[in-house]
Amino acid sequence: MTVNWYLIVSAMIFTLGAAGVMIRRNPLVILLCLELMLNAGNLALIGFSRMWGDGAGEIFAIVVMVIAACEVAIGLGIIVALYRRRLPVDVDELKELHG
Amino acid sequence: MSLSLTPWLVLACPLVGMLTIALLGKKLSPRAAGTIGTLAIALAFVFAILTLIKLQALPHDARVETTSLWDLVNVDGVKIQLGLYIDPLSTFMILVVTGVSTLIHLYSAGYMQTDAGYVRYFSYLNFFVFSMLLLVLAGNMVLLIIGWAFVGAASYMLVSYWYRRDTATAAGIKAFVINVVGDIGLVLGTLFLFKTMGVLDYDQLFAGAHTAFEKDAPELVIAMLLILVGAFAKSAQIPFQTWLPDAMEGPTPVSSLIHAATMVTAGVYLIGRLHVLFEWAPTAAAVGAIVGALTLLIAGSIGLVMTDLKRVIAYSTMSQIGYMIMGVSAAAYVGGFFHMMTHAFFKALLFMAAGSIISAMGGNQSLNNMSGFRKALPFTFVCFLAGGFALSAFPLFSGFFSKDTLLFEVGARGGWYWGLYVAGYIGAAFTVFYTWRMIFRAFWGQPCEQAQVVIDTGHAYHPAEHTNPHTGNEDDPSTQEVEDSEVGFPGKEHKYAETTWQMRYAMIPLAILAVVAGLIQLPFGITNVLSSFLEPTFANTIVDYEPDNSGLEAFGLILSSVIAIVSLACAYWIWVRKPGTSAAIQARLPWLHKLFINKWYFDEFYSIFVVRPVVWIGQWAQDSFERVVINGLFIGGSSGLVKAGSAAVRAIQNGLIRSYAAIVIGGLSIVLLYFLVRGL
Repeated sequence: MTVNWYLIVSAMIFTLGAAGVMIRRNPLVILLCLELMLNAGNLALIGFSRMWGDGAGEIFAIVVMVIAACEVAIGLGIIVALYRRRLPVDVDELKELHG
Repeated sequence: MSLSLTPWLVLACPLVGMLTIALLGKKLSPRAAGTIGTLAIALAFVFAILTLIKLQALPHDARVETTSLWDLVNVDGVKIQLGLYIDPLSTFMILVVTGVSTLIHLYSAGYMQTDAGYVRYFSYLNFFVFSMLLLVLAGNMVLLIIGWAFVGAASYMLVSYWYRRDTATAAGIKAFVINVVGDIGLVLGTLFLFKTMGVLDYDQLFAGAHTAFEKDAPELVIAMLLILVGAFAKSAQIPFQTWLPDAMEGPTPVSSLIHAATMVTAGVYLIGRLHVLFEWAPTAAAVGAIVGALTLLIAGSIGLVMTDLKRVIAYSTMSQIGYMIMGVSAAAYVGGFFHMMTHAFFKALLFMAAGSIISAMGGNQSLNNMSGFRKALPFTFVCFLAGGFALSAFPLFSGFFSKDTLLFEVGARGGWYWGLYVAGYIGAAFTVFYTWRMIFRAFWGQPCEQAQVVIDTGHAYHPAEHTNPHTGNEDDPSTQEVEDSEVGFPGKEHKYAETTWQMRYAMIPLAILAVVAGLIQLPFGITNVLSSFLEPTFANTIVDYEPDNSGLEAFGLILSSVIAIVSLACAYWIWVRKPGTSAAIQARLPWLHKLFINKWYFDEFYSIFVVRPVVWIGQWAQDSFERVVINGLFIGGSSGLVKAGSAAVRAIQNGLIRSYAAIVIGGLSIVLLYFLVRGL
C-alpha cells in the first residue's frame, strides 16, 4: 500500500475540518473541527514516517498531539467561561475585537 | 586651603544656599530664609578674602592661577574645561560682588520679611550671586557665556518677581529679550575668535591673539564688536539700554544688587577681561568708548526730567556705567574698575535709601508727591546724602576720586580722546543736577502727607489700598490699578530703615564706604592700592596706561571740584530757593523736555522698527501660514493619508473568527495551488 492512500484520507479529513471551522458557528464544534485538521496532519506525518522508515515523523506527531491537548484545554476553558458569563455560544456574535 | 580650592568654595556657597532655601521651601520662616541666604553670601565673601590672601602670597608678576575640575569637552582638538581663572581682576570682582551682595541680602531680610514669596525671593537672589560669580571666575569663553546667560535668567526672574503685576512681567520679558540679543552677540563673537584661533581658554586667547591676527584685522574687529554687543546689552548701553529703567519693576533691593551694583557692570568686566584683544582691535575699542560717552550723556539728560525716584537712579546707573565702559574701552582700566567699585557702594546705598523712602511713602515712587522727609527719616537722609555726595563726585568723597582717575586716564591718551574727556565732564554736571534734584525734592520743603504720618506716629503711611505705581498717572494712586492682596509691594507691612535693624546695618557700612573708599587710590600716587593690585592683570597692556602728567591730573581735580560745587549751588537755587525755576525752564524749552521725558524716543523707535514688524509677522504666521500650510497641508495631509490607509486595512479586521479562518485557509490554498501549478 503506497503512501498515497494515507495522504488522500488525510487531505479529505483536513478539508472536512477546514470546512467545519469555516461553516460552523458553535465554538465547541469549531474546536472539534480544529482537532480533525490537526489529526489529518498527524496522519500525513505518520504516513511519511512509515514511507521513509524512520521515527522523526512519529515524534512530530506526538508533539502535535501535545500541542493539540494544550489548545483544547485553553479552548474548552474559554467556552466554559462563555457559559458562566451567559454569553452567546456563537462565534459570530462574539466580534467585539474588530478594528 | 590652596588657591585652586577657595574660588570653588566661593562658587559653592551661594549654590548651596539657593538649593537649601528652594528645597526647604515654605518649611522655612521668612527670617530663616533670609538668614540662610545672607550667611551663604557672607561665607562666600570670607572665601573671597581667603582667595585674595592666597593670591597676594604669590610673586607679583605670577599672580594668575587656573584651576579645573574636569573637561566638559575634549574632542578633536576642542578642549573646554570646567575651569576658573583667578587673577587680580577676577579676585577684585568677587570681592566687590560678594561684599555688596552680603549687605543687600541683609537689607532684603528686613525689607522683604513680610512678603509672601520670600522663599522664591532668597533662592533667586542666591542664584543670581552664584551666576555672577561664575561669570566673573570663568576660565574660558564657554563658561563665561554660561554665567552670562544665568545672570540674564536671574535678572528676568527677579524683575518679574511680583508676577501678578502685568507691568512687571512685561518688563521681565523685555529685559530677557534684550539680554538674549546680547548673548547672541557674545556667542557669535566667541565663535569668530574660535574659528581663527581654535582655543577658548583665556590664557591661550591672550597669548595667541597677537600672532593669530594682524593688528586691527577685520575678523578680529568684527569678533570684538559682536562681543561688545553682549557687553552693551548687559550693561544697558545705547542702543540696548531700554530694558534697564523698566527693570525697576523688581523689588528695590533687586534694583540695588542687580541693576546697579553688580550685573550691569558685567560688560565693564568683560571688556577689562578681554583687554588684550580689545587693544589689538583699536577700532572696536573706539566704538566702545564712544558708545559709553554717548550713553553717559543721553542717560544723564533723561535722569534730569524723570519723576519716578527709582528711574532717576536707574538712568544715573546707565550714565555711570557709560563712564566705566568709556574708561575701560579707552584703556583707563584702573579708573574704570575703581569707579565700578565706588559706584557699587554708593549706588547700592542710594537704592537702599530710595527703598526706605518708597516704603515710607506707602509704595508711591513719584518725586512729585515727595517732600520734607528730612525730619521724618533722618537716618535715610544721612545715607542718601552720603550716596548723593559720592555720586555727584563732590570733592573728597569716593566718587570724586574714582571719576577723576577715570577721566584723567582717558584724557591723558590725547588725540580724539579729548572729546570723551569733555563729554565726561559735561556728564558730571548732569550727574550733580539729577542727584541733588532728587535730594532737594524728596527731603527739603514742607513734609508731605506721608512724611507727616511718619513724624506724628513713628509708623509708615498705609494707603487704603495698594496700587501698582507703574500704571495710570504716577502721581495719583486713584488712577492706578489696585494690587492683588497676596503679591505686590513688599508684603503687609512697610519696612523702612529707621524701624528695621537689618536695613540700617546694611546701609551703615555702605555709607561709610561711599565716603571713604576713595582713599585706596588717591591722585598723584599718594596711595595706589588698587593700581598696584590690578597691575599684574594689565601688565601686558600695549597702551601706556600710567601716564605721568600731573598737570592734567591737577587740572581735572580742580575742574571737577568747580563743576560739583557750582552745579550743586545752581541745583540748590533751582529747587530750594526758587522752587518755580524748573517749571519755568521746562516752559521755555518744551521740545527739550519732551525729548528727555520720552527717553529720546528709543522705545518708540524700537516699537515701530522692531517690535511691530515682528508682531505683524507673528500674527501673519499664526493667522495665515499656520492655518493653511501647517494645519491644512502638513497636519491635515499626513493624518488624512494615514486615516485612508488604515481604513482599508481595518475592514479586514471585522471580528468574525470564521472569516479570519477563511482568509488563512484561502491564502494557504492559493500558495499551494501556485506551487502545484508551477510544479507541473
